Amino acid sequence: MSLSTETKGATSGAQSFGGMQARSDAALNDARIAISNLDFFYADNRALKAINLNLPDRQVTGMIGPSGCGKSTLLRVLNRMYSLYPGQRATGEVMMDGENIISDSVDLNALRAKIGMVFQKPTPFPMTIYENIAFGIRLHENLSKSEMGERIEWALTRAALWNEVKDRLDRSALGLSGGQQQRLCIARSIAVRPEVILFDEPTSALDPISTLKIEELIDELKRDFTIAIVTHNMQQAARCADQVAFFYLGELIEVAPAAQLFTAPKHPKTQEYITGRFG
Amino acid sequence: MALSSMMSPGPRKDAAVAARLGAKRKRADIIIRTLCILATVLGLVLLASILATLFYRGIEAMSLRVFTHVTAPPGSEGGLLNAIVGSLIQSLLGTAIGTPIGMLVGTYLAEYAKDSWLGNAVRFVSDILLSAPSILIGLFVYQILVLPFGGFSGWAGVAALAIIVIPIVVRTTEDMLQLIPNTLREAVMGLGAPKWKMITLICWRSAIAGIVTGVLLAVARVAGETAPLLFTSLGNNAWSTDLSKPMSSLPVTIYSFAGSPFEDWIALAWAGALIITLGVLALNIVARTLLRSRI
Repeated sequence: MSLSTETKGATSGAQSFGGMQARSDAALNDARIAISNLDFFYADNRALKAINLNLPDRQVTGMIGPSGCGKSTLLRVLNRMYSLYPGQRATGEVMMDGENIISDSVDLNALRAKIGMVFQKPTPFPMTIYENIAFGIRLHENLSKSEMGERIEWALTRAALWNEVKDRLDRSALGLSGGQQQRLCIARSIAVRPEVILFDEPTSALDPISTLKIEELIDELKRDFTIAIVTHNMQQAARCADQVAFFYLGELIEVAPAAQLFTAPKHPKTQEYITGRFG
Repeated sequence: MALSSMMSPGPRKDAAVAARLGAKRKRADIIIRTLCILATVLGLVLLASILATLFYRGIEAMSLRVFTHVTAPPGSEGGLLNAIVGSLIQSLLGTAIGTPIGMLVGTYLAEYAKDSWLGNAVRFVSDILLSAPSILIGLFVYQILVLPFGGFSGWAGVAALAIIVIPIVVRTTEDMLQLIPNTLREAVMGLGAPKWKMITLICWRSAIAGIVTGVLLAVARVAGETAPLLFTSLGNNAWSTDLSKPMSSLPVTIYSFAGSPFEDWIALAWAGALIITLGVLALNIVARTLLRSRI
């Protein structure tokens, strides 16, 4: 993507972003997760500063910004992944279903069943494809063998992987290609039937074709799930997201419907970033 | 552009200086390489001569009788059956007792106590135990299991070997668990799994080939241990599988037979040494194959 087209697109106010169509349906749903006044610390280093952000229900929120801006950190707050590491803490409010999910009293296992996560690199478990999906389900539900089979088929179908693996469910998941592994991880997440799915740069390790598949998948998944996706790829944010949040140095600089943020950013920093002047 | 015009790279490159420096590097390279090759050859020659002697004398003394008869007085057609079986029993039992303890400690170090004070202390003690002279372990077990319970026994030998196994398994378990990327742990926890399930169902499964390798190397190590058995299971010239009595073992038998003045005992010692060596070799090959097929 050449810099000049992007600049033109951004300055002319057209609904295109470097030749990419950003979503035009600007209407955002009510918040599924409401973040207010959130601070995050790695020991004494304040990595997030007074973040206020709503994740609209059954829509996609894209998070963009240069490396180290705090977007992945925010994602790791939402499913409390940071709690695995001593010395990391968050203050403020992240409300979901009337509960502040960063309070100490939250049941982390139940929370993570509600808020699934897909990582940058595919993380298949060293077991069969079937067992990979069944693992998460068994943590939270007691299903009969036939129910389990149905659920696994459902999850793999939703993840657009069923046709490729239905004949080899009993083979090791480690034999799948990178793109297939990533879709397996998505299937594994949705098999638990979460309400929110967090994607942390899910396509940065994948080839363009696999990337396209995952993006189509995200589009399809948002009918049922609230989605947050961190990405370094602005075209991807433009293609996938309904709402885009731009982070810089731990601050949320601007959040707006995708079309608006990419075509008529209000903040000069956002303008500079999306036109490729830094980052 | 501004930067390159402001700064100069210094004096011009002198071809003669470069050639001289190059020649110097080449000389140093030849010297170091020669030393490395000499050291390698020396090591290989020593190893080869040990193995050649062992195979020559061992095969000469090898016969079916070695595996079918128990040790007997000099000149009366004895074998090594009781020593072989005793070694198998003690090594396998010692490993069976030491492995779960070592695995749990290694898991504690890798998953629960990475940087804690207690973890560092345990890791330090385990590493010391790993390199402790095995005769000390024999004396220790002699003090706590042989003296108070009225005599040498197979159990005391098993205990001594288990103590040798533990730090080996601790180290391999911890190392193998540390090789697992944190992203895999996060993926498991991200599904809402409790930590103990993450460890037992995913981490152990990912690390199993490496851990088994460590266990096999531990078996190989204890199968050849003499010192810790001298003070514990002592040795037994008769057939016995009773662990509460003194028990024979290959290393101890080799030790006493090889030092004797009797031709047939010395021959049996060579045969026993060859059996141990081949057993350890086989275990090492299995361990290496397992490690290569990891993941």
